[in-house]
Amino acid sequence: MTTQTDFRAGLLNPDAPMPEGLTNAHGVPSPKRYGVYRNNVTVSLVDALQTGFPAIHSLLGDQNFRALATHYARANPPQSPLMMLYGADFAQFLAQTQALAHLPYLPDIAALEYGLRSSYHAANHDPQPFSALLSLAPEQIDDAKLALAPSAILMQSVWPIHDIYTFALDPTTPQPQAAAQDILILRKEFDPKPHLLPANAAKFIRALGAGKTLSQAIENAPDTDVGAILTLLFTEGAIARITV
Amino acid sequence: MFDTPMCSLPLAPGLGYKPQHFADIMQDAGRTRWFEIHAENYMGQGGRPLAQLDALASRFPISVHGVGLSIGGEGPLDAEHLARMKTLCDRINPASFSEHLAWSSHGAEYLNDLLPLPYTNASLSRICDHIDQVQATLGRKMLLENPSSYLAFSESTWSEPDFLREVAKRAGCGLLLDVNNVFVSATNLEFSPQDYIAAFPLEEVGEIHLGGHDEDEDDHGKPLLIDSHGREIADPVWALLDITLAYSGPRPLLVEWDTDVPDWPVLAAEADRAAQALTRVLV
Repeated sequence: MTTQTDFRAGLLNPDAPMPEGLTNAHGVPSPKRYGVYRNNVTVSLVDALQTGFPAIHSLLGDQNFRALATHYARANPPQSPLMMLYGADFAQFLAQTQALAHLPYLPDIAALEYGLRSSYHAANHDPQPFSALLSLAPEQIDDAKLALAPSAILMQSVWPIHDIYTFALDPTTPQPQAAAQDILILRKEFDPKPHLLPANAAKFIRALGAGKTLSQAIENAPDTDVGAILTLLFTEGAIARITV
Repeated sequence: MFDTPMCSLPLAPGLGYKPQHFADIMQDAGRTRWFEIHAENYMGQGGRPLAQLDALASRFPISVHGVGLSIGGEGPLDAEHLARMKTLCDRINPASFSEHLAWSSHGAEYLNDLLPLPYTNASLSRICDHIDQVQATLGRKMLLENPSSYLAFSESTWSEPDFLREVAKRAGCGLLLDVNNVFVSATNLEFSPQDYIAAFPLEEVGEIHLGGHDEDEDDHGKPLLIDSHGREIADPVWALLDITLAYSGPRPLLVEWDTDVPDWPVLAAEADRAAQALTRVLV
């Protein structure tokens, strides 16, 4: 009897022998036929990772990426039939891979790419116009709470993640220079984009996300150009609710 | 038992929906009258996939085709995933729901492929239980699709057509006949595809699939066909379709093209060819 546990064992382990009881039309074991399933599983997972992490693919090159992704896929098969969720811990895997220690920014780029995918599939919301905030009385504006869209995702890094990501996908853009960069992924309608944030803006956005009032969020991030951030948030349709 | 019929797709060609063709389809779908979607791609919370699906479903009958329920799995069905399937079906009220005679999950692990199983009394009873659970949860009758096989299980005691006939009878589901899968399995396991069609319970078939395959060789130099869905449908598969339709009469006919997806006109041409095959049995 060939149990599914037996059948599964060799799919992710190329050194495992073919399970018993699997044959060609004449009852003869045929490892190459079992190999079709082994190949389908691995290649489909590696392809999914390549589609999901195009900047990592570009930074590592095709051969390196696929070798690395094969290693990841065999050790970390999906834990859900929703392939849109696959690779949630790819960034962590990159961080733990010794051979990539000379590219310490890679995990943050992978997290950015996974963030773009999460934003793409996030729930819709009803974007609030700037005028909805500006029409409030001044004291109400101070106490207003701005809820960010489910598709808005904040990321902070000690690396220039915005510039590396942009450069990876379009090498004609300027070579990234060493700098810490914070980004906010926003999805205006359907296509998420990473927006580079000015200094301290992340603190302000985190405070909003934690349910602080506008005046508390401003106190939280004293050296921030609040007007510029609010313009970005409202222009990109990233405010889902205003509560007073 | 169910208030929705097994399948209310038109007796016309359908195509596997690919998001890159959305604008072409909305402008002019040609002779394509319905679309199939892979359910798992529409289980996010929002955004473009669901917006496009809603627009598509408002214009065309939709066949929801699951690839991740793992109906042939040894373990219990993933109740959470089944609940997501119900949410999706409730959202668009598809003309048909189908899944595969295969497994794809093992415990919590999802292997992203349609894996084979032996045809035994034990697997038969397990699959019927799983189909009962799916149909009861979704509140609709489902179609079960015959797989592409690359190998045989020495423990199998049923032929595939007999096994599927028995599943349909016991579980009260319909069947989805993939003619390319029949051709691929027949080549790989050296049986006659015509005999398979003749033995198949065609009265239970609510939908027919067509797709392209790749050619390889096994360890002994014998042909090994791979169900890749990455090219035009092969001529012998069209010929097998004609034989099938001659026995079964017209059926909703789907062309699947999932990898190296071409521009819309190439797909539309395959749908035209499917329409011609249907015309031959409609008159």
